[in-house]
Amino acid sequence: MIEIKDLHKKFGKNEVLKGIDLSIGEGGIFSILGPNGSGKTTLIKAILGMVIPDSGEILFNGESLKNNFKYRDKIDYLPQIANFPGNLKVSELIEMIKDLRATKATHDEALIDLFKLQPFLNKRLVNLSGGTKQKVNLVLTFMFDSPLIILDEPTSGLDPISHLRLKNLIFAEKEKGKTILVTSHILSFVEEIADEIVFLLEGKIYFKGSITKLKTKTEQPDFEHAIASILSASYA
Amino acid sequence: MKNKFFILFLFVSLFSLKNLWSQTITVCATCPVKSIKEAVKQAAEGDSILVKKGVYKEANIKIDKGITLIGENLPTIDGQEKGEVITIGTDNVTIDGFKIINVGVSYTTDYAAVRVVNSKGFLIQNLELEKLFFGIYLQKSNDGKVLNNKVRGEAVTEFNSGNAVHLWYCKNVEVIGNDVQNVRDGIYLEFSDNITIKDNVSKNNIRYGLHFMFSNNNYVINNTFETNGAGIALMFSKFMQVENNIIQKNWGTAAYGLLLKEVNDANIKNNLFFENTVGITVEGSNRLEYTNNDFTSNGYALKVKGACYQNHVINNNFLYNSFDISYNGRINDNKFDNNFWSNYTGYDLNKNGIGDVPYRPVKLFSYIVNRTPETIILMRSLFIDIIDFSEKVSPVFTPDNLLDENPKMKRIDHDRN
Amino acid sequence: MLKILKYSFYDLMRSRWSYVYFLFYLLLGIVLLFLNNDLSKAVITLMNVIIILVPLIGTIFGVMYYYNSREFTELLLAQPVKRSSIFLGQYFGVATSLAMSLIIGLGLPFAFYGIFNSSAIWDFSLLLITGGFLTFIFTALAFVIALSNENKIKGFGYAILLWLFMAVIYDGLFLMSLLYFEDYPLDKFSLFATMLNPVDLSRVLILLKLDISALLGYTGAVFQQFFGTSFGVILSFVMLVFWVVIPTFFIWRIAKRKDF
Repeated sequence: MIEIKDLHKKFGKNEVLKGIDLSIGEGGIFSILGPNGSGKTTLIKAILGMVIPDSGEILFNGESLKNNFKYRDKIDYLPQIANFPGNLKVSELIEMIKDLRATKATHDEALIDLFKLQPFLNKRLVNLSGGTKQKVNLVLTFMFDSPLIILDEPTSGLDPISHLRLKNLIFAEKEKGKTILVTSHILSFVEEIADEIVFLLEGKIYFKGSITKLKTKTEQPDFEHAIASILSASYA
Repeated sequence: MKNKFFILFLFVSLFSLKNLWSQTITVCATCPVKSIKEAVKQAAEGDSILVKKGVYKEANIKIDKGITLIGENLPTIDGQEKGEVITIGTDNVTIDGFKIINVGVSYTTDYAAVRVVNSKGFLIQNLELEKLFFGIYLQKSNDGKVLNNKVRGEAVTEFNSGNAVHLWYCKNVEVIGNDVQNVRDGIYLEFSDNITIKDNVSKNNIRYGLHFMFSNNNYVINNTFETNGAGIALMFSKFMQVENNIIQKNWGTAAYGLLLKEVNDANIKNNLFFENTVGITVEGSNRLEYTNNDFTSNGYALKVKGACYQNHVINNNFLYNSFDISYNGRINDNKFDNNFWSNYTGYDLNKNGIGDVPYRPVKLFSYIVNRTPETIILMRSLFIDIIDFSEKVSPVFTPDNLLDENPKMKRIDHDRN
Repeated sequence: MLKILKYSFYDLMRSRWSYVYFLFYLLLGIVLLFLNNDLSKAVITLMNVIIILVPLIGTIFGVMYYYNSREFTELLLAQPVKRSSIFLGQYFGVATSLAMSLIIGLGLPFAFYGIFNSSAIWDFSLLLITGGFLTFIFTALAFVIALSNENKIKGFGYAILLWLFMAVIYDGLFLMSLLYFEDYPLDKFSLFATMLNPVDLSRVLILLKLDISALLGYTGAVFQQFFGTSFGVILSFVMLVFWVVIPTFFIWRIAKRKDF
């Protein structure tokens, strides 16, 4: 589904991506991991076309992303920080995003039910709490039926019930055969859902494979220790 | 008793004698007398000539007898551009009710529709002049009247056009109720004294609406001067009264409402200066009184160019002029008092109708524009407002004492009739 | 783009600041007209406000809106929408709502006053049109500045500097150069220098209506042609359009290459 070839990106003197080659197939949950500043968000933004690479190429379903914006119709993206135009009402925001996209198939009503957002529909976004905003954010992401879903820190600010519902949502989407890219700091969450992980370190892919494979490679009994051993090895 | 009867008889006989002697000659196409020239030839002193409606192709009509020439229903005298049309060379001549056209144009001789030479007691009225060079030309003639004439020229350039009413070395003449348009100077006076210019309209003339040179003791009252090259030009003259005139829309690079050059002891009173490039330009003029005038929406209300002393500017309204006063030099000997300035921003705490802070009518910017005219393009810029303000607080370039100590808080109501 | 414009516009139309701006102009119009009772004077005061305040508010509001809506922008960037449409849509949304606050805020009191029956209607419309142009120009410049500066403080600083330069400093330098080179023919230079600053350009455009008498007192063929004919008005409007188009082009260009 996504083909990344020799991707480089510098911000000023800071070289963030130093030649990424990555291929993500159709179906399954992929988790992108890595320490702070390893280039996770940059990689995701490059896929979304928000960051323009210095060199290298990204293909989405075989098409180059350069000067192309229509492919984003096939991606649902959940940004890390949910901040919306404060003067819009929740219902208006949902209508607006629907308005902006070509695909019309939506389950917004079911999602509003799921996250119990009805009482907030006529409130302005500026008056909502962080957690409620994140729920709105989730509705906006999952209401479309796109083949690729990108989630940047989806669990932040969620209460345990919503957290659980989110997990179920992700699994349900996976069942439909979708590809899901997730970044998260919460390792238990990643361990629970990810089929495969991509570990970024200093702008390069350090590891790509299943969690079991990672455990074998690092010779650690559990996921957390495996990650810790990578980090300590690299900083030693 | 017998004596009294004798005197009465004498009076009656004298009266009838004069009546007997004076006769009226009628001129028309079918009359015995067919031309005005012929009628003048036949007429005796005191006779009248009645000209019926029609077109009379005659030029160079010389009138050398004190006669009255009256047109009935505006007959036309066509000069066929052969030079002058009517020349009056004697006293007590009246010309009334003619249309005179096609006066000859010459670069060497000032041909006129009607010329009066060395005569007294003339009356020229109700004429309509078209296609003319000079209109009514008074030359060394006194004690006469020019009333209610209408002049429509076709002047394009100054050098091949003449003036509508032209006075040269004349005294005690009344120029009243004339309407002159599209000539060089509407009314021109040179070396002429005690002239009354009243109720005239002078419009669209390429040079001046009214032009004085070396003329003293004249009255300019109730006239309208509009869209001329310049409204009124007073030069080298003394003891003038300019009252109740409307001087407006004289626009252009060298245009102004009123030009005063070397004029002393004049009264400029109760006039309206509206939408002129410059309301009044004044140079080398002393002891002038400017009172009760309205200066409204002019580029400059009053442009003082130098060598002007002991002038008083009192009780005038200065409304929405781009510049109120433009002043050259650092010395001021003129008095500004009790005027209303629409640009005044002071306050009146004691409520006596007079601002508590003096008003400085000269802005630094007008000084700068005088020096470098192109800077006009910066007018009303915030930067200019800032430097004007600092100059207002502590004058460096403009005369320190040029200020109105008693600026009025409200617009003055002038009784202008 | 129209969709983005629509949503930005709705968003702003409900924001407190739009109301403050609108009420300010409403109040200004009422004070000028009903306390002063003098239309000619009111129009002149209005000109000063429009020349100085409109650019300032356009600049600040533009920068502020851009920085405040960054996350929203990122949300939009992930949608299947063209990049240029997002930024141009936001820009036109901000500029349109500001221009509307100005025109309605000032227009209402003047309409009540009876401007439509007055000869000042043309002067007044010219003021509002120029004000609209200045809003669009300075909001565009603000967007260019904000797009080129990630740092909020820096962006605000540059925006204020830009305004200060255009409104005051430029004219100071202009005046000094005119005085310094006063021995040379300056009319072409001064017209040219006017064209390079939208504030001066708008000022001159309004002057052409209000102070024509004083300007006609100037002798010089180029000025004569400029001020004496409709040539000046047409050229000024063409230049104002350029002043909108060029920064807008820069918004488009910077937005295309920028990383978020």
